[in-house]
Amino acid sequence: MTPATKEEIRDALRRGIAVGIAAAPFAVLFGAVAIDNGLTLAEATLMSATLYAGASQLVGVELFNHNVAPWLVILSIFAVNFRHVLYSAAIAPHIRHLTFWQKATSLFFLTDPQFAETERRADAGIRVSYVWSMVLGLSVYVPWLCLTVVGGLLGNLIGDPRAIGIDVLLPIYFMGLVLGFRSRVNWLPVVIASSAGSILALHFVGSPWHVSLGALAGILVAALMPIDHNEPAAPVGEPVRGEA
Amino acid sequence: MDTMFHAHTLLIIAVGAVATYLTRVGGYIFITRMKRIPPRAEAALNAVPAAVLATLVAPAAVTGGFDVSLTMAVALLAGFRLTLLPMLGVGWVFVMILRHVIG
Repeated sequence: MTPATKEEIRDALRRGIAVGIAAAPFAVLFGAVAIDNGLTLAEATLMSATLYAGASQLVGVELFNHNVAPWLVILSIFAVNFRHVLYSAAIAPHIRHLTFWQKATSLFFLTDPQFAETERRADAGIRVSYVWSMVLGLSVYVPWLCLTVVGGLLGNLIGDPRAIGIDVLLPIYFMGLVLGFRSRVNWLPVVIASSAGSILALHFVGSPWHVSLGALAGILVAALMPIDHNEPAAPVGEPVRGEA
Repeated sequence: MDTMFHAHTLLIIAVGAVATYLTRVGGYIFITRMKRIPPRAEAALNAVPAAVLATLVAPAAVTGGFDVSLTMAVALLAGFRLTLLPMLGVGWVFVMILRHVIG
């Protein structure tokens, strides 16, 4: 193994652990909620293993309980996960050099943090390798699976996530990711438009549509902003602040 | 537990998993089929991370109650100075103290 590969693995593991800590309560929560809503432990684990998308899994099991029509459950899962379409389009230039199977496998692990970390790495001017992607992906995926099982076994032990303060971890984690992109062009107007858009959409349309609608507001603002032809759209090579 | 899987649940999980995977590869397939990416489309794609991730933050900060809003504000200030993990720590400690104090 070359020193460069070792460094890639170390970097991916370090970030994977940070992601894992932020996501851990939600894996446990999902396991517990899934059992509570009538799924078996095997079904909950299978869902974590194959969907691997926390928010949509929680929405999915929530709907299982209400005897909602299957197509509506699937549509809701799709709606919550639709942001991944934008993610895979955005990271396309960074992963183009991978082979077909490398892309097909590494894209399976494309979660919010995986996307953010990939963009951050590319922003820093570092080539996104297959090894790095897979180590990062698996270092989040494996704990996610294990903690789903733990959550399922514990059942309702975490009665109220608020009592131990874990309900704020994921929003804070995502906020940290948003801040990580603050050196990008039009960052502030985009964030303001998306934030306002998602809050309004949550109020007037409802969850989970507020994610897609809010994101659309921010993306539209970025697309309509005057374009500076002298500057490249993506600040490639600019140092990323705030992370070691 | 008599059965490990129910056919109905299994079907939803399977289709849901395929739908999710399609969202993960769909954008890549779509964007690489385009000959050249227009500058405005590129500007739009460049905004995706902040735009999408902000929608996971703002509603939580506004609808989560006073304690969550205040904690998010503190974490935001911390986030300008600290890296991700310490920022999480500050937010967690703050919300625990806050909830202890205000009950």
